[in-house]
Amino acid sequence: MSTASEYRKREESITMSAEPAGQSRSHELLTLNIGPHHPATHGVLRLIATLEGEIVRDIRPVIGYVHTGIEKTAEDKSYWKVIPVIERMDYVSYYFNAMAYCGAVETLLGIEVPPRAQYLRVLHLELNRIVSHLIWLGTSALDLGAMSMFWYCFRERETILDLFEMSSGARMHTRYFQVGGVIEDIPPGFAAKVAAFCKEMPTRADQYADLLEKNEILLSRLRGTCPLDEETLLSLGVTGPLLRASGNPWDLRKAHPYSSYDHFDFKIPVGTEGDNYDRFRVRHAELYESTKIIEQALAGLPEGPHIVTDRKVALPPRHELATSMEALIHHFKLVTEGFRVPPGECYYPIESARGELGCFVRADGSAKPARVHMRDPSFVNLQATAPMVKDSYIADLIATLAMIDPILGGVDR
Amino acid sequence: MPDATGLELIAQELRTAAADSILDTSFHRGRAELRIEPSSNREVLAHLRAKGYRSLASLHGVDYEPEEPRLGVIYEMLDMVNVDRISVKARVSIAEPKIASVVDMFPTADFQEREVYDMFGVEFEGHPDLRRILMPEDYEGFPQRRDFPVGGEPVLFTFNEEQNYGKFV
Amino acid sequence: MEIKREPLAQSSILTNPTPPASGSNPTKVSDFRIRQLNARDMLRGDMDDEALQQFIDQAIVTTTVDKAVAWARGNSFFPLTFGLACCAIEMMSIVGMRVDIARFGFEAFRASPRQSDLILLSGRVSMKMAPVIRRIWDQMLEPKYAISMGACCSSTGVFNNYALVPSDKFMPIDVHVPGCPPRPEALAHGILRLREKVQGNAKQGWRERYDAVGTEEILPPTDRDLEHVETDLDTAHISVFKPGDTAGA
Repeated sequence: MSTASEYRKREESITMSAEPAGQSRSHELLTLNIGPHHPATHGVLRLIATLEGEIVRDIRPVIGYVHTGIEKTAEDKSYWKVIPVIERMDYVSYYFNAMAYCGAVETLLGIEVPPRAQYLRVLHLELNRIVSHLIWLGTSALDLGAMSMFWYCFRERETILDLFEMSSGARMHTRYFQVGGVIEDIPPGFAAKVAAFCKEMPTRADQYADLLEKNEILLSRLRGTCPLDEETLLSLGVTGPLLRASGNPWDLRKAHPYSSYDHFDFKIPVGTEGDNYDRFRVRHAELYESTKIIEQALAGLPEGPHIVTDRKVALPPRHELATSMEALIHHFKLVTEGFRVPPGECYYPIESARGELGCFVRADGSAKPARVHMRDPSFVNLQATAPMVKDSYIADLIATLAMIDPILGGVDR
Repeated sequence: MPDATGLELIAQELRTAAADSILDTSFHRGRAELRIEPSSNREVLAHLRAKGYRSLASLHGVDYEPEEPRLGVIYEMLDMVNVDRISVKARVSIAEPKIASVVDMFPTADFQEREVYDMFGVEFEGHPDLRRILMPEDYEGFPQRRDFPVGGEPVLFTFNEEQNYGKFV
Repeated sequence: MEIKREPLAQSSILTNPTPPASGSNPTKVSDFRIRQLNARDMLRGDMDDEALQQFIDQAIVTTTVDKAVAWARGNSFFPLTFGLACCAIEMMSIVGMRVDIARFGFEAFRASPRQSDLILLSGRVSMKMAPVIRRIWDQMLEPKYAISMGACCSSTGVFNNYALVPSDKFMPIDVHVPGCPPRPEALAHGILRLREKVQGNAKQGWRERYDAVGTEEILPPTDRDLEHVETDLDTAHISVFKPGDTAGA
């Protein structure tokens, strides 16, 4: 937009300019510590920034401030008890963590998830994607100064959390996904509420766009700031909306569909320039696409069991415990010891809200996993911070950090 | 994933290109894995990259206690054009936990190798900045090894806070 | 124009109240007028003692300065933006529309510890973060309060392992809110309990509240120290703050 670039030109003509170090008037480099407690770092991220005036010359992220030893704890618990532990890793996209882990264990067990469970999983995954993007939008707008966005986004988030509460009983960290399917079928009335939500979500997303898109300040803060080309992003292993903003349409839901994603018709929003504005637009457009997927999943929800019927893996329904001895024994064995997984290793990648979330599970034949490792997208995407913000202003650093959308729970595990 | 025959073909090429590098191949539940000699990891990864597996999706470590050699470093390679994945596993022993770093070939390995060093103690030779990333810098011990205790503290209730205050499990 | 200056007791409004305007509530108009005249008389000093006593009982509350200050403090906590992990998202949603803590006066989240008086520890406290939190707690000015939100802060929650430390170990906590994560309503309940605690107990400062002189760090005996340190728990501690030493707080 021409007015944005004129604004930038007028800004540049003021004495500050991004000249290489050594040629500008101030040769002194200042090392500034940002965080770990800082309102603009999303979570406890510590950045050691080397500044020359207002211009960032180098940045080094220091992480580990919320390291919880989740992977070590998971080795101590039986397979289904790992699910609540692993959900708390990337704490805004809890269904994705559970999906990656359950997918890995299901691959190792060699069981097939029933179609109804797959559709329910897709429904909840896309709802969680919308929640994650709403939290991102609210907190990013807060960082950029547009405070009122925060309340609107959290209002929508409350609606979706009501839906989660309806299907599983909890707002966050719901333990809804289990190995073999989902823990419970959806209650009556859930479908109607989801349909009502889907009808109003595109309007809301339009309203968010209206609030932010035409704001000159936001546009000049986001447009043209901190671009990074596709090659560098690929070599840094960055996936997700950051990669799609630079033009590469890599999305595991389309490239390597899992859990019946190939039954749904949706588009992948892709940016052109790879700057902060494209990252913002890609995530905002994904709100619409996720709503489409949810509508299709609801419309085509097949009948059938909501969890695999193999009683050696999934709990039998409670009414059978009164009549069937085998069901009682299976229940007892599953609850006390858990199911055993034959030895093997598996890496199961899915497309989470931030990129490729992969779960590596090594099973050694016992009832507890021998190693659980989550390849978290934020951990790898954070390596792209330094090349992105090199030679831009601190304000651009804050905006870029907001657009990268790191979730430190996933980074630190 | 390359299927079992595709995996064998790749292994064959690698055996001719870099002798003694491939120790074993395994195809389990649709996942193709090459077990390699740790000293030849850079050659194998370079060869795989030339074959099209240009992305390193994940680099992580595993502790195979009690089987020696205990520490494994696993590279998950991804081919975005053909949508193909292959895993490469290198196992090093506790006594000699050294392996060459691949940061210059795949810059994404920077943080991930630091994490494997922090959690398992595998030293990556050639890494520009190998220090702890998740634990405090002066921490002693490698938490994710199987012989490291899970740790934890007894929870303080009113009936046991006198005895247990200040104890570490 | 002549202005009537007679006190209310002698005016005729008590015996014949003016008829209300059509369509308005009859009792309210004359009550309001009577209250107006009462106030006018009190300000002029024209009220007699009995009516004055009644007026004071209705309109003025006496209290001590401590209680008044505690009431004011309890109704205007300035929380510190301190989100660590999942509980932070639920903490953000108490600012949202459904559980609106702006009703109680707590919506001014400050980013600087110097400007805030309530630290809401929301999320798991790892070994690396504990000294940072302690430093931030020390930077806050008295009177300051701490709420440990969630299971991970209060005890170590789901993760009882090498990486986490419960927040009781390094700072005094006033209210623990259980949950994983606690619902926004539960957190609001916890903050209101803290408010009751502040308003009921007029003593300020965590030292008075807990009858403490300082904090002590109890370290486990390492091999180096075993020759010098007795293993009896009472004497086997290393005091960071001696009694009367306020340097660190």
